[in-house]
Amino acid sequence: MSKTLTLALMDAPYEKAASTTALRLIHEALSRGHNVNVFAYEGAVNLTMADQKPHANPVKGTSLEEEDHPTTKEWIGSLFELAENKGATLKWINCGLCVDERGAGNWIPGPVRGGPPHFVAFAKSSDATLVIPTK
Amino acid sequence: MKVLNIVETAYRATVEEQDDTILWLSHNLKKAGAEVSVLLRANAVNYAVEGQNASGLSFGAKKQTNPVDIVRDIKDMVAAGIPVLLVAEDASQRGLPDDRLIHGVEKIPAGDLPQLFDRFDHVWHW
Repeated sequence: MSKTLTLALMDAPYEKAASTTALRLIHEALSRGHNVNVFAYEGAVNLTMADQKPHANPVKGTSLEEEDHPTTKEWIGSLFELAENKGATLKWINCGLCVDERGAGNWIPGPVRGGPPHFVAFAKSSDATLVIPTK
Repeated sequence: MKVLNIVETAYRATVEEQDDTILWLSHNLKKAGAEVSVLLRANAVNYAVEGQNASGLSFGAKKQTNPVDIVRDIKDMVAAGIPVLLVAEDASQRGLPDDRLIHGVEKIPAGDLPQLFDRFDHVWHW
């Protein structure tokens, strides 16, 4: 029987491994058919920004193609596809005020704008809620 | 739904945000229907000290006219029925005397935390 997990995330991309850990947890949950809710708070709203672009690595001399630089928007977009393929649900709320103050309103398909009441609703409807804060 | 928000990191982004993001969130979770309590630990116990003043910041001609006021925010939370606690040992280790703490903030010994946690459906360590 599928369960529902809620995560609250705070870290911006390219800052800490905590973001990668969160995405790995989401991947594992969805892979097993569990539903996942995400409340992206503060810098975490930048995880899904559509304007992210991969880059070459001038230090290593690798081209754009060779570097295959990851973007969190692609990873998260792939998680939405994984949810669909597994018959699970991934709901992603970007904190609206956090979006506004960062000018981070242009994001990939999937996430929706929300706020703390959505986080409360997520937690109430979940089997477990995990906070992964920034420090 | 009873939630204990544990705040550990002090003054993170308070200049830009004009508040502590987790105190702000706690206030909003309360408004959204959650029964929220806040536990201050580590350096965040300083949030409970009276007399803080973050005014006076300016960059070039741009002045910060509405700076963070953590004392006001803590007092507003207490007035709103949000219990605010702090870890007693964390306060004493930082030399914070009882007579400088905001009225209404409750000190709790570290040894009593497991019993405190048992009273909540969710314990979220921010």
